[in-house]
Amino acid sequence: MVTAAAPTAEDVRAVLGEVVDPEIPVLTIDDLGVLRDVEVDGEHVVVTITPTYSGCPAMDEIRADVRSALARAGWPDVEVRTVLSPAWTTDWMSDDGRRKLREFGIAPPGRRADGPVLVQLGPRPDVVACPQCGSAETEELTRFASTSCKSMWRCLACREPFDHFKAH
Amino acid sequence: MSTTAAVDLDVAQYCLRLGDDALVLAQRLSEWSARSPQLEEDVALMNVALDLLGQARNLLTLAGDREGRGRSEDDLAFLRDETDFVNAQIVELDNGDFGQTMARQLLVSAYHLPLWQALASSADEGLAGIAGKAVKEVAYHLDHARSWLVRLGDGTEESHRRAQAGLDAVWPYAAELFETDELLSGLVERGVAADPARLEPQWRATVEAVLAEATLKVPETTWRPSGGRRGQHTEAFGYLLAEMQHLHRSHPGGRW
Repeated sequence: MVTAAAPTAEDVRAVLGEVVDPEIPVLTIDDLGVLRDVEVDGEHVVVTITPTYSGCPAMDEIRADVRSALARAGWPDVEVRTVLSPAWTTDWMSDDGRRKLREFGIAPPGRRADGPVLVQLGPRPDVVACPQCGSAETEELTRFASTSCKSMWRCLACREPFDHFKAH
Repeated sequence: MSTTAAVDLDVAQYCLRLGDDALVLAQRLSEWSARSPQLEEDVALMNVALDLLGQARNLLTLAGDREGRGRSEDDLAFLRDETDFVNAQIVELDNGDFGQTMARQLLVSAYHLPLWQALASSADEGLAGIAGKAVKEVAYHLDHARSWLVRLGDGTEESHRRAQAGLDAVWPYAAELFETDELLSGLVERGVAADPARLEPQWRATVEAVLAEATLKVPETTWRPSGGRRGQHTEAFGYLLAEMQHLHRSHPGGRW
């Protein structure tokens, strides 16, 4: 067991930089905005995370990954808190995260309009550019894809299907 | 999730109602797994069910906290009996065919959206936090149900007939979502609960707009089944609970 000196919050954040979303392994929990806060009191570390969706099945795995990454770094005294409020939004996703998503083949979310959730009864005006060829000539195939946070699209220019991370 | 607010049995019971609605509907929708009309729809319905299950987990955890007797989300979901469940009957009805499932989904989602919008500013912080997440999710559920109802209602003669029949079957049960009682009016007064009298006009406007677009008729009925909030359920419910609870009860304390 490695014993390290009491960490600073920056030390902890640096270690958490290797904890990724199990469903989208190119994004760290910091890129995604799931990591909300780090507090350090002596050797006791409190990490606060927030779920993307209420039923996000990745939360248990993220909690376990946070603990094991910090334990490997020599800080086993870890408390992982889960908060729901303020509610997670794709606006918290970093620019770096958006770039990584696109390179991974997932169209990143657009910025949400301010104010209450928009309910559109009818076709949506979203323009989602193809992450492969950049064309804006795309169409939505289904609003719910392999995970709650994504919808499935197809590019009419290069004919490739792709996932789109929904603005949420 | 854990909260440390004071014990409040009224809030606990309200969370149980909302949580049971979400849990039971999630269980019903999951019956479509591997049976949907197309692969994309299978994935969509399971996504909707997963959202509802997540909301149910948060709500039942909060109910347990406010109750103050140490009951966990699992205790509440798996170890209560039929008459302890306080969901509205509409969520426990059999799925019927796909048209009926979607008709129910429209009626419930059109209720969930204004409900969670109102609860996002609930005086109970735990409830407001759950609502802030749920409101974004149910907006997708409503949109999904709307687009199917329009496609089925304004589709072929057969799809129209079955969508209308499904709608007629579930319609009378929607009234229960807007019932009030002493518990609810007390919580509305305290700013904790959403007022059903305010939700119903919003619900009706949404539903009528969708049905008009879908060329479906608003059913006329004077029959108002009721009783779910008092633990009275339809014949279908016992079978659902048996399937949902038997694994947990057969292996008490079992873990993966």
